[in-house]
Amino acid sequence: MALSGVEIFKHLPKTNCKKCGYPTCLAFAMKLAALQESIEKCPDLSEAAKQFLGAAAEPPIRGIVLGPKGVKVGEETVLFRHEKKFVNQCPIALNIKDTEGTDAIIRHIADVNSSEIDRVGQMLRVDLVCVSNESGDPAKFAAVVKQVAEGAPNAGLILNSSNPASIEAAIAHCAEKKPLVYGANAENLDAMVSIAKGKNVALGIYAKGLDALSDLSEKVKGTGVNDIVLDSGARTAKEMVEDYTMIRRAALKKSFKPFGFPIISFVSRDDSTFEATVAAIGTMKYASIIVVDSIEKWKTLALLTLRQNIYTDPQVPMQVEQKIYKIGDANENSPLLVTTNFSLTYFIVRGEIENSKVPCHLAIMNVEGLSVLTAWAAGKFVAGSIANFIKESGADKLVAKKELIIPGYVSVLSGSLEDKLGDGWKVAVGPREANQLPAFLKGRA
Amino acid sequence: MPFVIPKDSYAGKINSLTFGSGDKAVTIGGENGLPFLSFESSIPNRPVVALEIQDVAPSDWPDTVRKVYDGVSSSPAQWAKFCQDSLGAKIVALRLVGTHPDRDDRSADDAVKTVTEVLSAVDVPVMILGSGHIEKDAQVLKAAADAAKGKECILGKAQEENYRTIVTAAIANNHKLIAMSQLDVNLAKQLNILITQMGFNRENIIMDPMSSALGYGIEYTYSVMERIRQAALVQNDPMMQTPLLCDIGPNVWKTKESAAPESELPEWGSLEERGIVWESVTAATMIMAGCNLLVMRHPKAVETVNRLIGELV
Repeated sequence: MALSGVEIFKHLPKTNCKKCGYPTCLAFAMKLAALQESIEKCPDLSEAAKQFLGAAAEPPIRGIVLGPKGVKVGEETVLFRHEKKFVNQCPIALNIKDTEGTDAIIRHIADVNSSEIDRVGQMLRVDLVCVSNESGDPAKFAAVVKQVAEGAPNAGLILNSSNPASIEAAIAHCAEKKPLVYGANAENLDAMVSIAKGKNVALGIYAKGLDALSDLSEKVKGTGVNDIVLDSGARTAKEMVEDYTMIRRAALKKSFKPFGFPIISFVSRDDSTFEATVAAIGTMKYASIIVVDSIEKWKTLALLTLRQNIYTDPQVPMQVEQKIYKIGDANENSPLLVTTNFSLTYFIVRGEIENSKVPCHLAIMNVEGLSVLTAWAAGKFVAGSIANFIKESGADKLVAKKELIIPGYVSVLSGSLEDKLGDGWKVAVGPREANQLPAFLKGRA
Repeated sequence: MPFVIPKDSYAGKINSLTFGSGDKAVTIGGENGLPFLSFESSIPNRPVVALEIQDVAPSDWPDTVRKVYDGVSSSPAQWAKFCQDSLGAKIVALRLVGTHPDRDDRSADDAVKTVTEVLSAVDVPVMILGSGHIEKDAQVLKAAADAAKGKECILGKAQEENYRTIVTAAIANNHKLIAMSQLDVNLAKQLNILITQMGFNRENIIMDPMSSALGYGIEYTYSVMERIRQAALVQNDPMMQTPLLCDIGPNVWKTKESAAPESELPEWGSLEERGIVWESVTAATMIMAGCNLLVMRHPKAVETVNRLIGELV
C-alpha cells in the first residue's frame, strides 16, 4: 500500500542529519513517497522501521522476470488503463505437448523463432514456450524441454507438470534460463517448493477457485518462495474476467497479499480464431502470461497488436514515425499534405485520404505526438519547424509542383511558411476537419 | 488471511432498449455493472451483432469479405434475406452508402425504395445507417425514417451537425436513434443532452462513441467506452446510461491488415484468416469495453464473436 510522505516521515529518525543527501528527513520522506528514493539511503533507520517501510514499498503486484531475455511480468498498479499505463506487457506463450512428436515440435520451434514482427517501431514476438507434460513421463518431458531450450534459445520456458519428478528431470536443461515451474498444487506442494527454492525459479501455483488459491498462495509464500504466479483454474472467458478482476482488485484495493502476484492464463480452444478472441479478453483483463495452442502469423499479429494498444501509456500520446507516407498510388503529380505525428491525427487523416480515393503524399511531422492545434500552441508546429522538416524530408523530389497543403487550423501560418520554404514553394490551406478532406481533395483534382 | 470477494456496487444502470417487433424483436442493455461481472451485477441481455448490408454492391470491400456476398450483394433485399436466413443474423444493418455524393449520390427517393424492399424482405429488426455525409444524411435518413414507420428501426447516425432533422424524423416515426460523437466522453454526453432537449426519450438513444480498428487507435475507443460506463454506473449519470454501439466494419475492412496479400507481406500470414481475426479481435475488444450492439461484416468473425459472447455471459 502506498504511504504518504507524512506517514513515512513518522518512521524516520527526524534528525535531519543529511546523510541521505536531502536537507531534512521530511524532504527524504517525500522522495520515498514518490518512489524516487530507496530507504537504504537512511543509515540510521531502526530495524522495525526498515521492515515496516520495506513492506510498504513493495509493489502491490510483484514483478517477476522470466526467460533468458528477461521478460518481466506483473507490477501492475491499476484496474483501468485510462487511470495509468498498464506496465508490463503480458507475454504470449506457445503450448507444446511432449506427446506431439519430434517433427511437430521442430515446426513449433521454427514458428517461435520466426514470430517477431515490427509494429510501429516496436519489435514484438512470442516470448515464451510452455512445455506440457501430457505424457506424464519425466524422461520424455525432459527430452522435449531440452529440444526446445536448444532450438529456441531466446525463448523463456514454462515447465508445465504436476509431477515433481518430471520437473526435476527437465529443469536440469534450463535452470539458468529463468524458467517458470508451473503446476504446484495442494498435493505436490512440498516437492515443488523444494525444486523452486533449490533452483531459485518462479513457481506457478494452481488451485480451483479463489478461496483455495489464496490458501495455497499463503502456504507457498510461507515457505520462503517469493516469485509466485497464480492460476485459479479459470478457463472460460467468463471465469477469466471474473476471477482476474477479483484477484487484481483484491491486490490493489484491499492489499490482499496472497493475490499480489501475476496471473497465468491458459486459453486453449479448438478453433484458432476463437482462441485469439479469448486471449484478447485475457490481454485486456489482467492476465500476465497467456498460453495459446497455436501461433499462426496472422494470429500473433492480431494479439501482439492488441497488447501493444492496450499497454500504451494513455498520458503519452501514441506517436507515428516522422516521414512522408505514400497513400494509394501517389506519384509526382499527387498532392502533398502535412500534419502532426499524433497517432490519432494520423489515422483519421489517412483514413479520410483513403476514402477520397485521391492518391496523396502525407508528410507526418514529429511534434512529440501532439495534435495540430496543441502542437501549434506549443510552438512545435510552426512555420520554421515545418519548413525545416519539409526541406529535409526530400519532399521536393517527390512532387513535381512544389505545393504543400497545411491543416485549416493553422491557416495563419501559410504566409510565413511560404517565406521560410522559399525556393518556389506554395502553401495551400486545407480543411479544418479531416472529414472534409475527401471533398477538398476531389475539388482540386 | 481469508479471501473476501472485493465487490463493487453500482448506483446506475444501463437503459434496456427493444427494437423490431414480434418474436424477432431484440433487446439490448439493462446491465447494472461493468461488463461481465456477474458476481456483483446482473446482465439481462447479451451483446448482439448486426450484419451489415449496403444499398450498392460493396465494390470497396476487400475480396475476402466481398466474395461471401457475391450473388446477393447486387440486391439489398436478397442480401438482407441471405443474412437473416442463411447466416442467422438477428439484426440487419442497412448502410445507405450509395447516397454519399462521392459514391453514387443516390437520392433520398432511391434510399426509400431500398429501405422498403429490405423491410419487406426480412422480419428481423433493421438498422438504417446513412453514408456519414452530414448534409445528405439529414435528407436521406428523414425520408428513410418516414418509409420505415411502424417498424421500430434503429436510425443513425445523428451527429452534432445534423441531429435536429434526424431526431425529428425519429420521433415522428417512433424509431430508436444512434447518436455519434467523436471519441470524447464529454461530447458524447453533450449530444445526448441536445437530443433529449428536443423531446426525444433518452431511453431510445444508442450511443456510438466512434469505433476504431485494432492497431488503429482502438485503445482510445476502448478507454472512452470504459469511462462512459463508469460515468453511467459509478457516478450514476443518466445522460451516459444509453447502450453502446460499435460499428466496426468500415474501420476493420479498410486496414492494410485486412487487405494486403500474403505474397506482399509473408510475415503477416494468411490474408483470409487475418481479415477475420482482425474483425473478431476488434469486436472482442469493444465487447469487453461495454459494447451492447455491434455492426460487423464477415460471417466467420460474427460466428466467433457470438461464441465468445456465449462464454462471457
